[in-house]
Amino acid sequence: MNEFAGSQYVIEAIYLIASALFILSLKWMSSPTTARHGIWAGEIGMVLAIAGTLLHHGIVDWKWIAVGLVLGSGIGIPLGMVQMTAVPQRTALSHAFGALCVTLVGTAEFYLRTPNVPKFMMSVLSMEVILGGLTFTGSLMAAGKLQEILPQRPITYKGQNLVNFLLFSVAVGSAVYLVLHPEAKQFFPLIVGVSLIFGVLLVIPIGGADMPTVISLLNSYAGLSAAAMGFVLDNKLLIIAGALDGSSGLILSVIMSKAMNRSFTNVLFGAFGQVQAAAAGGQEAKPVHSATAEESAAILAAANKVVIVPGYGMAVAQAQHKVRELYDILSKKGVEVRFAIHPVAGRMPGHMNVLLAEADIPYDRLIEMDEINGDFPQTDVALVIGANDVTNPAARTDAASPIYGMPILDVDKAHTVMVIKRSLSPGFAGIDNPLYYLDNTLMLFGDAKQFVGAIVRELSGGH
Amino acid sequence: MGSNLIDDLFIFMLACFIGFEVIRHVSPLLHTPLMSLTNALDAIAVVGAIVLVGERKSTFATVLGVIAIVAATSNVVGGFFITDRMLKMFKSSRPTKP
Repeated sequence: MNEFAGSQYVIEAIYLIASALFILSLKWMSSPTTARHGIWAGEIGMVLAIAGTLLHHGIVDWKWIAVGLVLGSGIGIPLGMVQMTAVPQRTALSHAFGALCVTLVGTAEFYLRTPNVPKFMMSVLSMEVILGGLTFTGSLMAAGKLQEILPQRPITYKGQNLVNFLLFSVAVGSAVYLVLHPEAKQFFPLIVGVSLIFGVLLVIPIGGADMPTVISLLNSYAGLSAAAMGFVLDNKLLIIAGALDGSSGLILSVIMSKAMNRSFTNVLFGAFGQVQAAAAGGQEAKPVHSATAEESAAILAAANKVVIVPGYGMAVAQAQHKVRELYDILSKKGVEVRFAIHPVAGRMPGHMNVLLAEADIPYDRLIEMDEINGDFPQTDVALVIGANDVTNPAARTDAASPIYGMPILDVDKAHTVMVIKRSLSPGFAGIDNPLYYLDNTLMLFGDAKQFVGAIVRELSGGH
Repeated sequence: MGSNLIDDLFIFMLACFIGFEVIRHVSPLLHTPLMSLTNALDAIAVVGAIVLVGERKSTFATVLGVIAIVAATSNVVGGFFITDRMLKMFKSSRPTKP
């Protein structure tokens, strides 16, 4: 491996610099003011590391490397141009690609070295392909659900947890056998194949509402599989990058789980989101107060403090630009307008923030749930657009509700609540929302984009 | 091989702790670009694929390696591109507040 020690040292030195740049890159992401420096640091580190690798003494031919790099860039650029509403599925797809790379390299390395694979290397190689395989198919499933090519409702069947557990055991068991009996290379395709199937079955029972947690977990797994690859190839840069990615995904998953008041195991193995049979029957009898665009505009114009609560429905309706117009016109009239962002609003962590930033809403107006919840009692109007479960008071009071205990935005404490919704049908959690029947709540029925547009017209047409 | 393994484990452990510390301080505002950035950085796995393809040890390895390079490069290029696009969108209201 180390015939030309000189060039090897150069490569290691480059990797050292690249590692430091990667860490700095993430450190600079801590605030919007320094974040763009973070991109530069990451890009420079990446280019250095790739260029350095090309110096590797074992490389005899650059042709196919160049082909791969060019094709990859050709695919990457259009993927980098997607709209903000498509970012969750693009992110899931990128996790799939990352896991694919790792799994393929692991597979190739196995077949190049077998049967001379030392125990430790076989162990990490198995981890690499098991994690890589399940993350590849799992992320493809997640991307499919987010893009709505696959059904978003959880697909469940009896005994699925047992099936998943068995599959996983087969993969791990085969890996253990292969570690102990390196000559049994026929087990390798079994390990990879079973992991691929496991990935599919792991993600299909998960509903749209749980996507933020699942995407974060898949992010973590993709990182950990890359770290495992680093162990196999004895590449410290890869170990570091994989560990950074892995811990990032893990932290985000924990934040997402806490924000839904559910544990990982519950998200992965407790299919959430089946519509409760009871809810459909009960709601038709209860009356709601509703209002027109004219009436809503008047209430908003007269308010001092308004908090807008955006949800995924706003993004689906592509209403974020109209919401920006509303923000502008209310601000001009001297109304204080802020946005309350629930951690799991949207389909991935921080999704709402980029959707609103894309619409040119200043980021200092976007306030996290924990910070803004105490302000609702002093808020004149809470305007809920396309958000449902995160505003549901049943999470506080109804112990039987599936969302019981989930932290919510206390919009019901505002003086007036206005909810823009197409109809009274249940959200992704499949449950009814008592908020809609309160006395201080006005339902604004209609498409978010059209309704907000109408309010904006009323506000500009008046004084 | 033995000492390399222990070194690598130390590095992995340290990197995990650094990762936790650094990521904890990332504002929730930026969680989406954070995810696309960490994904782009993770695509450094491309260097493993590059060596694999460059060494031309077997056709099987080369084919798998080229696909791996394509997948990882797509993440690098696309990931940095989209993260940059997102970060450009974040503007503060302070300079222009009425």
